[in-house]
Amino acid sequence: MSALQAFLHMGGYAPYVWTSYGLAAVLLIFNIVLPRRAEQAALRRLARREALGESHDTAS
Amino acid sequence: MNFAFLHKYASLMHFYRLSHTLTPWLAAATLALFAWGLVGGLLLAPTDYQQGDSFRIMYVHVPAAWMSMFVYVTMAVAGGVALIWKLKLAEIVSRACAPLGASFTFLALVTGSIWGKPMWGTWWVWDARLTSELILLFLYLGVIALHGALDDRRAGARAGAVLALIGVVNIPIIHFSVEWWSTLHQGATVSKFSKPSIHIDMLIPLLVMISAFQCYFAWSLLVRVRSEILDYDRNASWVRELGRAQEAGR
Repeated sequence: MSALQAFLHMGGYAPYVWTSYGLAAVLLIFNIVLPRRAEQAALRRLARREALGESHDTAS
Repeated sequence: MNFAFLHKYASLMHFYRLSHTLTPWLAAATLALFAWGLVGGLLLAPTDYQQGDSFRIMYVHVPAAWMSMFVYVTMAVAGGVALIWKLKLAEIVSRACAPLGASFTFLALVTGSIWGKPMWGTWWVWDARLTSELILLFLYLGVIALHGALDDRRAGARAGAVLALIGVVNIPIIHFSVEWWSTLHQGATVSKFSKPSIHIDMLIPLLVMISAFQCYFAWSLLVRVRSEILDYDRNASWVRELGRAQEAGR
């Protein structure tokens, strides 16, 4: 068995070890990506509000 | 005593800008610590003589479990400050803690279960440690539900803070559960008061991973706080200014 295979094999505990690390990675990434998207969405909302507000001003 | 000075330092505008300044540094620190901790934990730490390589689950399980309690206390303290001094920033921090803490608690429970299967022969037992950690998850979910339950987000934050403060009782119960009741769960490995019961080559990656999670928490919290600030302060002149700048930039 190559060193890489041995590493991935985790002494027979591969499914347990890699599932744990995989889940951790997914949760940690999501908790950065989702709040970032929320901020971007909030900024877009603010921009839209300003755009609408200005068009209102010119219309009236 | 007059706490008005707190309001100046807790200005949402300042904190929003501070968050943008700090997050790149926290992100870099988090990634560096994770790189160190993962190499140490997955490659360099020697295989455990009893548990084989399954013990490497410890490097995500223990930090997640530690953070599940640390974040809870942070959420409760911020909630207490929000209740007493009516600080918006404290409300926002307390709110932002809840989904993060719930994630850490979920991660601790699931990785513990995955570790328990090969080592204890079962995914789950209703013992004190596992049950009190599950109650912690329900407390987080209850706080999140309260945050969303009320139309007025400030009232929601206060309701969540009250539940968060009541639930603090659970934290010492989780910590001491392995001493107070008989359990399958092992006792504390790292303690302030005695020599750790773990080899130094296994211990260092664990401490690095805990620091990585701690840094990650600060990073993620500051990112999460930003959208909440924009929402809370949406009618403030600086937020309108930000909106105009965004609109001009499109």
